Amino acid sequence: MEKLYKFLKYTFIILWTVFIVAPFLWAISTSFKDFQSVNSKVTYIPWLDFEPTLEGWRVLVKSPARGGVDIVEPYFNSLFVTCTASLISIVLGTLAAYALSRFTFKAGFVRNNDITFFFISQRIMPPIVLSIPFFIFLSTIGLLDSLIGLVVVYIVLLMPIAVWIMVDFFNRVPKELDETALIDGCNPYQAFYKVVLPNSIPGLIVAGMFCIIFGWIDFFFAFILTFTEVQLLPVKVVALNSSITPWWSLSASALISVAPLIIVAFIVERYLSKGNLSGALK
Amino acid sequence: MNFKHKYVFLFPGLFVLIGILIFPIIFTIRLSLSGWNSYTPEMNFIGITNYIRLFTDDPRFWESFFRLSFLSVTTVILQYIIGFALALIVWREIKFKRFFRVIFLIPMMTTPVIMTVIWRTFFHESLGPVNDLLGNLGVEPILWLSDPVIAKFTVIIVEVWQWTPFMFLLLLAGLLSLPKEPFLAAAIDGASPFRKFVYVTFPLMAPISIGAIIIRLIEASKIMDTVFVLTSGGPGTATETSSFYIYIKGLREFQMGYAATLSFTYLVIMIISLTIIAKVLTKLMIKE
Repeated sequence: MEKLYKFLKYTFIILWTVFIVAPFLWAISTSFKDFQSVNSKVTYIPWLDFEPTLEGWRVLVKSPARGGVDIVEPYFNSLFVTCTASLISIVLGTLAAYALSRFTFKAGFVRNNDITFFFISQRIMPPIVLSIPFFIFLSTIGLLDSLIGLVVVYIVLLMPIAVWIMVDFFNRVPKELDETALIDGCNPYQAFYKVVLPNSIPGLIVAGMFCIIFGWIDFFFAFILTFTEVQLLPVKVVALNSSITPWWSLSASALISVAPLIIVAFIVERYLSKGNLSGALK
Repeated sequence: MNFKHKYVFLFPGLFVLIGILIFPIIFTIRLSLSGWNSYTPEMNFIGITNYIRLFTDDPRFWESFFRLSFLSVTTVILQYIIGFALALIVWREIKFKRFFRVIFLIPMMTTPVIMTVIWRTFFHESLGPVNDLLGNLGVEPILWLSDPVIAKFTVIIVEVWQWTPFMFLLLLAGLLSLPKEPFLAAAIDGASPFRKFVYVTFPLMAPISIGAIIIRLIEASKIMDTVFVLTSGGPGTATETSSFYIYIKGLREFQMGYAATLSFTYLVIMIISLTIIAKVLTKLMIKE
């Protein structure tokens, strides 16, 4: 019985690991193929099944004028939009979360929980619902196809995440901490800044990581609200998909686009193992 | 604590969010009462004509809505079961624990549309590896993307791959934060692993489970990126979800007014049904 359980357990996680890794292995293999090895029959292992070439990767460094794909600019655009929007969302979201966790608000029938729900419920809105009005709004004020326009939209996307994680986190930070600081003669801002904030770093890191993930992986807003001036990474890669299918450069650019955030998986795991994350995520 | 300071903390975030959202929401409601389309791109007033059209003469929207419900509920249930199983396995000591934890987290860090581009080549019906490997086993080629029924399952497979890690992360973080005493007590009583799960772990995890399921349902209801790249809603309308239908009406056919009607109706339905689901789940999973 014990042995059977152990066998099933390992079979399950090994199968799941294969399932997770499969598309990556396929993409890595495909990125070294040429026209022949993609289109004649299905090939898997370089040298054994097909002769690997670096064509797919070379396209990424060539200049667009000579048939290359410019991926550097979209990379930095994505990075800029994600980081700016995350930073603003974290600052505003953390302040709001602290208020919601420590003070009581009453306005008519509205209580703390309702305000928290209002923040979080913004995630219910599908991108398409916001994109149509934003499309018209940004085009009237001339911010369509610009980085600033996107940052504004991404704040709506990310602030709910920051509030959600930080409210939970602050609820676990003992109230005595701020009270002691107040008795020691701090004003509420100093208490927050000097005492509560330094004790909330794990929460802030988790919130920051989530904001960066959800900002980096967004496609739809960038797709609707930008055209030629500004291109974000996902839009660029998907645009490659619609032209005739050069699977090799498609795979290479896909791999290089998802690579940076995989580091985040290692960071998250570190925090999980150290036990810091369990407090930050309920 | 002091009374007025609380507003200084709350208001910047609250007002920035309201400030960004107030225009789109009012605009959507107003737009939904207009006949804005590519022939008359203006904010005229046609009353509730659009709403009458939606409720009496648009089966495609309701079909897309039921399809969305099917897709999101199925994927979330699968993600919950698999995610919980994975979290339980790597919660305790096993070999290569940290390696598996990292692997299980990776898909949620990858951009869905970009991975879907890869999946599309993966499930390609003649040049993709899945049909090729199955072919070696003697299985007829499966029409992953062009069969109306199978295409739905392809979308589900991709969604499960993408988002099970999120469920896994929330549940594992929950498991790691559980108190130790109930498990010690169960061990002293000599409870079997199965009974331990049913009477100790699962009840303790109920609130966390509900939170995780609701968050995933909210996110899953927005399925759009995957469908957009993988099948473009096709074959026919077989994988068309509400968001995608609104997208077609609004930004392909430029029936902005009608698309706004769809958006607003969709939002109202979503908020009501998610509230009901949250209530029902709480009742089902937390006894006493």
